[in-house]
Amino acid sequence: TDISLRRHEYPEFVKIVEVGPRDGLQNEKEIVPTGVKIQLIDMLSGTGLHVIEATSFVSSKWVPQMADHTEVLRGIQRAPHVQYPVLTPNLQGFQDAVAAGATEVAVFGSASETFSKKNINCSIDESMLRFEEVINTAKEQQIPVRGYVSCALGCPHEGHIEPSKVAEVAKKLYEMGCYEISLGDTIGVGTPGSMFKMLQCVMKEVPADALAVHCHDTYGQALPNILTALQMGVCVVDSAVAGLGGCPYAQGSSGNVSTEDVLYMLHGMGIETGVNLAKVVEAGDFICNALCRKTNSKVAKARGRTL
Amino acid sequence: MGNVPTTVKHCLSYEQLIQDYPWLRRWLLQEKEIVPTGVKIQLIDMLSGTGLHVIEATSFVSSKWVPQMADHTEVLRGIQRAPHVQYPVLTPNLQGFQDAVAAGATEVAVFGSASETFSKKNINCSIDESMLRFEEVINTAKEQQIPVRGYVSCALGCPHEGHIEPSKVAEVAKKLYEMGCYEISLGDTIGVGTPGSMFKMLQCVMKEVPADALAVHCHDTYGQALPNILTALQMGVCVVDSAVAGLGGCPYAQGSSGNVSTEDVLYMLHGMGIETGVNLAKVVEAGDFICNALCRKTNSKVAKARGRTL
Repeated sequence: TDISLRRHEYPEFVKIVEVGPRDGLQNEKEIVPTGVKIQLIDMLSGTGLHVIEATSFVSSKWVPQMADHTEVLRGIQRAPHVQYPVLTPNLQGFQDAVAAGATEVAVFGSASETFSKKNINCSIDESMLRFEEVINTAKEQQIPVRGYVSCALGCPHEGHIEPSKVAEVAKKLYEMGCYEISLGDTIGVGTPGSMFKMLQCVMKEVPADALAVHCHDTYGQALPNILTALQMGVCVVDSAVAGLGGCPYAQGSSGNVSTEDVLYMLHGMGIETGVNLAKVVEAGDFICNALCRKTNSKVAKARGRTL
Repeated sequence: MGNVPTTVKHCLSYEQLIQDYPWLRRWLLQEKEIVPTGVKIQLIDMLSGTGLHVIEATSFVSSKWVPQMADHTEVLRGIQRAPHVQYPVLTPNLQGFQDAVAAGATEVAVFGSASETFSKKNINCSIDESMLRFEEVINTAKEQQIPVRGYVSCALGCPHEGHIEPSKVAEVAKKLYEMGCYEISLGDTIGVGTPGSMFKMLQCVMKEVPADALAVHCHDTYGQALPNILTALQMGVCVVDSAVAGLGGCPYAQGSSGNVSTEDVLYMLHGMGIETGVNLAKVVEAGDFICNALCRKTNSKVAKARGRTL
């Protein structure tokens, strides 16, 4: 699949996975009141988004921002045809999530051994065993599981990550039963060059229609990286309203790519998403006011001067 | 990466926003600071040491309209010209051209528009009338073997007219090219373009002007500059305009960014294995310098991330 052949061939439809309420808020300095989180998710539920990652069932010792996971999941007004996946790092988290009403979960692996050890206190292989428990239990209950692979284009500790390692971890999660694998450029260092090489490798093991990209915009590369992924046949993109969530590895820098900016690009290319950009901008305005911060979205900043 | 070019020339223009537009004069008159001549010269000298091949130095427009560029002659005379670096200057008309040559200019640029309304509101004449002015400049420049670069603004949209037909962009680009401009820079003046509109516009323009005579000048107001540049590269364009630290805001979207940051463009190109000859770290230094001098933060995400490259 030479990229020159695929250039300017894009999917007709791209699914946006909105990670603002979880990945975004988890990485914000301020702890957000439960009511604000619920209101944000409810606003997002009215935008046309198909998937809104609601919260994370991790120990509140590790992630105090997500301590109210049960109240959030129980408090939101679920829109029909919208999925509300939650992170479940282990079986305990999974069981708590299901008890709170979760109907989709996600597990979070890494392509970097060092990142895995420093962040979830176990090796990649050990984490896979934990996830296998979650996935098997979820299968019995017909609960779909999404898999994440972090550090897909680089690691803050190890630096370069071999595309073959990303492919190996993605394949493992896929074969264990994850319906979709989201490949994350955790520190935003990727470029169309590294995105292309990584996806070329991963696609030998996992079909394109089971892949998503989760690009961080720390170096401003998220949109060209997403464009590259689309040209290679990926049609699921993770993003966060208002670009919520900073980068813990580059103080003051941005993290998640903004949903608004992604939508602007996709719609400008004639790609359907089903999402109403103006309503996402409203939700972004709401959460930024609540957080007393400015949006990271350039589109929101330009205040809708679209033509 | 398929047919993406292996080398990309950078045309750096940190004063690109500064043109002789009445609205800009009004806007600038509200600005507290006019950048001191010495600071401009120091910035250009720093940029001259980064490997950049082209650094747009100043603009020979009337200081009534653009007071920021009133020191054009001192700037052009004050810089230390690096070998193998071009220092084009804007020359909106014959008078400006003659002043520029007298000050030592060896390359000039003319600035047209694909939008009739934008042309009238900003340089007080129609597109056709502007072409007559530029023709004078180009013909005189030819006699003196001075290359002329042509710009086409509003290539992907106009703040007044909205949508701009790709055929109009092609028509204006063709005119400038046939008159003798060696390169035509197509500008997304308000940053509204996307890979979709960039593709359609370039497809049209490339029927009239060869790809190797084209450049793209993308604004990042809606965050679309880098994907737009990537699209252009994939279509065979290999010249990209950008501004160190993403200097220059957008007068049509208060508080928004304008020019794409040179640092962010370089990061992308180098990550793709594309040669530019430019040292990113040195551009970051130049950006730090000018941002300190202007008491402002950089618009470059790469500079902000402070070189945590792998």
